[in-house]
Amino acid sequence: MASNEEILAGLAEIVNEETGLAPESVEMDKSFTDDLDIDSISMMTIVVNAEEKFGVRIPDEEVKNLKTVGDAVEFIAKSQS
Amino acid sequence: MARKVVITGLGATTPIGGDVPTMWENALKGVSGARTIEADWVAEFELPVTFAAQVSTPASEVLTRVEAKRMDPSTQFAVIAAREAWRDSGIEEVDHDRLAVAFATGIGGVWTLLDAWDTLKAKGPRRVLPMTVPMLMPNGPAAAVSLDLGARAGAHTPVSACASGTEALHLGLDLIRSGKADVVMCGGAEAAIHPMPIAAFAAMQALSRRNDDPEHASRPYDIDRDGFVMGEGAGALLLEAEEHALARGARIYGELAGTSVTADAYHITAPDPEGLGATRALKAAMFDARVQASDVVHVNAHATSTPVGDQPEYVALKTALGSQVDSVAVSATKSQTGHLLGASGAVEAVMTVLAVHERRAPVTINLENQDPQIPLDVVTSARDLPAGDIVALSNSFGFGGHNAVIVVKNV
Repeated sequence: MASNEEILAGLAEIVNEETGLAPESVEMDKSFTDDLDIDSISMMTIVVNAEEKFGVRIPDEEVKNLKTVGDAVEFIAKSQS
Repeated sequence: MARKVVITGLGATTPIGGDVPTMWENALKGVSGARTIEADWVAEFELPVTFAAQVSTPASEVLTRVEAKRMDPSTQFAVIAAREAWRDSGIEEVDHDRLAVAFATGIGGVWTLLDAWDTLKAKGPRRVLPMTVPMLMPNGPAAAVSLDLGARAGAHTPVSACASGTEALHLGLDLIRSGKADVVMCGGAEAAIHPMPIAAFAAMQALSRRNDDPEHASRPYDIDRDGFVMGEGAGALLLEAEEHALARGARIYGELAGTSVTADAYHITAPDPEGLGATRALKAAMFDARVQASDVVHVNAHATSTPVGDQPEYVALKTALGSQVDSVAVSATKSQTGHLLGASGAVEAVMTVLAVHERRAPVTINLENQDPQIPLDVVTSARDLPAGDIVALSNSFGFGGHNAVIVVKNV
């Protein structure tokens, strides 16, 4: 089971790969759309890559609830437990 | 009187140079861009053709990783060439609502399409990337260039196989003449050096099998020519209404004086042996440009190096130019670049514009024994073009019976 810090670091890596954003700019309270300027297509790519990395399933209808990086980290942590 | 249209910017990424200065220097020298393909899939699929003319500068050396990730290789090439043409033009202020794009491709995002199919089969639908559709669509290059430049007067994608790049210039000229745009980024891009298209072109016996000697495989007009060599890359030309270019004091390479497009309606792939459609295209383009056959001093021929294709083009040139055909310096630059399919017309247009501008005709390599059925005056070492007013033509023909011709004049 990954800790929240490990999930955040892994997610930051995925976001960096997809968008080029510096990993340290991917913080818990950042909004994917408003702060990180991630569009819906990039978001779906990030979600699918996160599923593979963390061995979880993030249903499409859940994606719209993942507004901040923290939302995603919590969802992944919950799904892993 | 129709608006005059001039060329003010050039860009290219090709097997003989990752930018226009490098490509042109090599084109005058005479080099081959064909090499054995270093990828594992050549052996994996036991391809009958093991070489191609790949771009000399990989797109990954020019674009950022994140940029490249969202673009099919064909779009990467288009964006690289269009950015060079834009910079080269020195244009700064432009009304973006009067700036259009006409960027062609023959095949489109074939790497993306087939990669996605492989992913679907291996990993299921969840792993098919959401960017797949915008990356594989044939209008992808035009759309990406439009986004990159902020071109809002329409982004068009003429598709006519190997005539596509030339047809983009036909459309660009029309957009400016008809008043729909003042500036048009024209070009063509192709990235189809993938095992499936190689297998398919090989299946139709279109490709050279000279696997042991790639650099001598593309040999237009040579008696031992045995097919074309797959190339990849892009060419881009910035067209401007003459008054627009003059108003900003632009450097003008030449005038795109006329164009034409015809269809053979003869056979889906075979050229009309009498070259009737190509003849009509040549005549119509010269008429459109208000020039006479006797004005023409240089032709950048389509000349792909196939046994059946090169000769009918000669017949068409002879019919359209009459006795002038003997006084025309003919360059078959696919001998160097390979055949860039939907990008070939755009790359050859760049070379034709430079030939007129610098009055130097580029080289045809690998012509050792000229086919006696094609008695053209072929340029085998860089040659000066005459002083005074000169006209050059560039031909492109595509599967489907497409014929496209452009006419370039000095200014």
